[in-house]
Amino acid sequence: MNFRYLPMTEEDKQEMLDYIGVNNTSELFSAIPEKIRFTGEMNLASPLSEPALIKEFQKLSSKNENIKMHPSFLGAGIYDHYIPSVVDHVIRRSEFYTAYTPYQPEISQGELQAIFEFQSMICELTGMEIANSSMYDGATALAEAALVAASYSKMKKTKIIVSEGVHPEALEVLKTYASGPDLTVQQIPLLNGQTDVEAVQDAMDDNTAGVIVQYPNFYGSLENLKEIEKAAHNYKSLFIVSSNPLALGVLTPPGEFGADIVIGDAQPFGIPSQMGGPHCGYFAASKKLMRKVPGRLVGQTVDEDGRRGFVLTIQAREQHIRRDKATSNICSNQALNALAASVAMSALGKKGLRQMALQNVKNTNYLREQVKNRGINIVNEQPVFNEFIIDVKQPVSSINKKLKEKGIIGGFDLSKVDSNRNGQMLVCVTELRSKEEMDYFVKELEGAVNAD
Amino acid sequence: MQTEEQALIFELSRPGRTGYSLPEDELGETDVENLLPAQYLRTNEPELPEVSELQIMRHYTALSSRNHGVDSGFYPLGSCTMKYNPKIHEDIARMPGFAHVHPYQPEEQVQGVMKLMYDLQESLAEITGMDQVTLQPAAGAQGEWTGLMMIRSFHEANGDHHRNKVIVPDSAHGTNPASASVAGFEAVTVRTNERGLVDLEHLREVTGDDTAALMLTNPNTLGLFEDEIIEMSAIIHDAGGKLYYDGANSNAILGITRPGDMGFDVVHLNLHKTFTGPHGGGGPGSGPVGVTKELAPFLPKPILIKSETGYTWENNRPHSIGRVKPYYGNFGINVRAYAYIRTMGAEGLKKVSEYAVLNANYLMRRLQPYFELPYNRNCMHEFVLSGKRQKKLGVRTLDMAKRLLDFGYHPPTIYFPINVEECMMVEPTETESKETLDEFADAMIQIAQEAEKEPEIVQEAPHTTVIKRLDETLAARKPVLKYKKCVDSENKVKA
Ligand SMILES: Cc1ncc(COP(=O)(O)O)c(C=O)c1O
Repeated sequence: MNFRYLPMTEEDKQEMLDYIGVNNTSELFSAIPEKIRFTGEMNLASPLSEPALIKEFQKLSSKNENIKMHPSFLGAGIYDHYIPSVVDHVIRRSEFYTAYTPYQPEISQGELQAIFEFQSMICELTGMEIANSSMYDGATALAEAALVAASYSKMKKTKIIVSEGVHPEALEVLKTYASGPDLTVQQIPLLNGQTDVEAVQDAMDDNTAGVIVQYPNFYGSLENLKEIEKAAHNYKSLFIVSSNPLALGVLTPPGEFGADIVIGDAQPFGIPSQMGGPHCGYFAASKKLMRKVPGRLVGQTVDEDGRRGFVLTIQAREQHIRRDKATSNICSNQALNALAASVAMSALGKKGLRQMALQNVKNTNYLREQVKNRGINIVNEQPVFNEFIIDVKQPVSSINKKLKEKGIIGGFDLSKVDSNRNGQMLVCVTELRSKEEMDYFVKELEGAVNAD
Repeated sequence: MQTEEQALIFELSRPGRTGYSLPEDELGETDVENLLPAQYLRTNEPELPEVSELQIMRHYTALSSRNHGVDSGFYPLGSCTMKYNPKIHEDIARMPGFAHVHPYQPEEQVQGVMKLMYDLQESLAEITGMDQVTLQPAAGAQGEWTGLMMIRSFHEANGDHHRNKVIVPDSAHGTNPASASVAGFEAVTVRTNERGLVDLEHLREVTGDDTAALMLTNPNTLGLFEDEIIEMSAIIHDAGGKLYYDGANSNAILGITRPGDMGFDVVHLNLHKTFTGPHGGGGPGSGPVGVTKELAPFLPKPILIKSETGYTWENNRPHSIGRVKPYYGNFGINVRAYAYIRTMGAEGLKKVSEYAVLNANYLMRRLQPYFELPYNRNCMHEFVLSGKRQKKLGVRTLDMAKRLLDFGYHPPTIYFPINVEECMMVEPTETESKETLDEFADAMIQIAQEAEKEPEIVQEAPHTTVIKRLDETLAARKPVLKYKKCVDSENKVKA
């Protein structure tokens, strides 16, 4: 078998061995004790040629239904949005995707500047003063925000208050992270679809390091950020808001409500769903947290001739300098996804982003109205961004099966995350759903609900 | 060479210009106020750029030309395994059945994806010699933290609540001690001996009944194989601790030795290094974790199960540490890694390590006469040099790194590991040809000679890049972390 990624020739090999002064490559491995040498051949499938590899993966790929084949009403944290064609053309430039972290700024200005622009755009959308260069995803960004809150308080506060309107998987990730430094996580239930503000006020105490809500929340509703901010700051806790950044094209940004940290996932900007990752966590904060923020920060500076340029900065927070005292252990992040998000935000721009956000609101309201007109129960009638809940009064999985037979990918089955929500479906509508698709969904949904 | 400042995309913006094309509005005019209450309505528009599609392409193309990737030239960044990223992987990852699947689609709709993940897990278990693998961690550091959380849960399940220390060699990557802290442990440092290996005497001293684990990179970050691994494993296990393998350096050992056979209990791999997931300018990565049977109950949720009727997700895991990442990991990177494993097979992967080690040794011997070689014996897939000799001449490792830029190379990792003075850590990888190694060696030798004869050339480098050395102190002292539109006296918009 020839291996096209390995340029070594027999002749090179011999010359190199001679130069080193060994007889064969095995001698180079002599430091490995005999006892732990692997002597057999690994039990892996035989090597494939490029054409055979394509066939094999096409086969695997075609075994999956995809959300571009059928109109999809599935959201719940990952959304099917317009991806401008330029996005993929940019991130396919191998100067970007085959580079690593820009440690050598003189030959990494492209990446550094792109990240600087990303940070700037995230600040604009969230209404915050600083933003980092990305996190793994929205959920780990949320968990790290909680850790920042705990380490920020000089009083060694150990309690995190979190709304149950936060994405259930983010809630789970938060609990895992919080168990490291032994923080307690207190959940606040929803009342009529929104975080119960009184329950937040009651839960607050001097030991509360941070209060976390999601806006719009997982179930689609907007939150009363004004009241929750007051409750948090009355006890000098950090106010942390998780936000779909696209929604911030029309919604008042959390920064204007006094948020200390805004986190979320930039997947709605130019990043395909790809089974849940890689996406792009973002982390924005107020200036006072600048030396507490996890991850890479890019800053503007000048070179020896006074030319503007960009560098990784304020690195004394990070693991490679501070080791066990670092504010986070993150090293590799999601830079290429942040680049994709930047390109998408640039393409949409000031006007397009707002227009796209509005289309989500309009389509969602239209669909909710239509579903309601067919006599199907709407669970949250409050203002929503691009998701709402319907009650189909029977297992959502069986409704989704029927919808699938009609070529529709139905909404998220909420009983999967809350046993009190049997029969509830979280329906998502983006700008990509045409009126025809929505009308078809309503018709088939009605048929499915009323069948037998 | 364009040495002009590159405009920020914000500076290209002109009101009214567009680069988007949204679906036609079919629902007619509606007032936003009817849909969203006033208190939620954004009043100030976010200052995003308004640019045309061609402007976007020109802007990012210009930026890309100011960036060095593996495809641009040699990139011997130690510890990072900057090997070639196969182009076919980019095509495969974009196949619609991979790129456009939603993790909440019913399992029966995504069986192909689940099969791929399952087979990748099995392959990685075989490669590492571990019993079970999770693909959830997003990168190496998250894998470390996941593994340590599992070790913590394991000890707690045994009633061992006092094991609060994780031992980390002084040569370890910064993420190791940082991950230990995030997982709630205290990091304890163990010294490196004069052979560049963990000092066993010191290891014995710091190991005790409060030891939760030892984290080890093997080969270590000096590019040397910890040949006393069997003894180390015994020291830790006898004390009731667990052995954690940082797999960042796996490129040296594929098919040659396996962490499972060395005695490790938990292993993470960096699929973005050893298994060609492109580094993306800093990420995304993927950091799967493999464990022994004993630790398997503590794996993060959910677990992928293969049954007669197909693949399913198992969430009922009472001992699990919980979720570490939403959904199922960085699937897009895992697809690429699996394509690589299927391309190489057992035979190819073993060659990868054989040639990675051969290349490193050859380059090390070519450079040895000109630079201080702190550990003068065969290395594994990477080696460290010290710039001590040049430092005496007033030329620092940083200067030599900057001078390499003039030759079109990305420099080695510098000033890491921290226990070698003026360190340069060189990892050529197996995908580089002998010609490239020779040309790089010639450049390094020329720089060593310049350091002796005309040090200014090195001290003032780089000379050919789009920008000169940047003022990092200014950046940190007066941080400017975002674009701010401001208007100068001539009313021209300036940054
Ligand atoms: C030895 C070693 N360990 C751990 C890591 C951390 O991996 P990651 O950047 O994927 O989090 C790295 C790389 O950066 C490394 O070189």
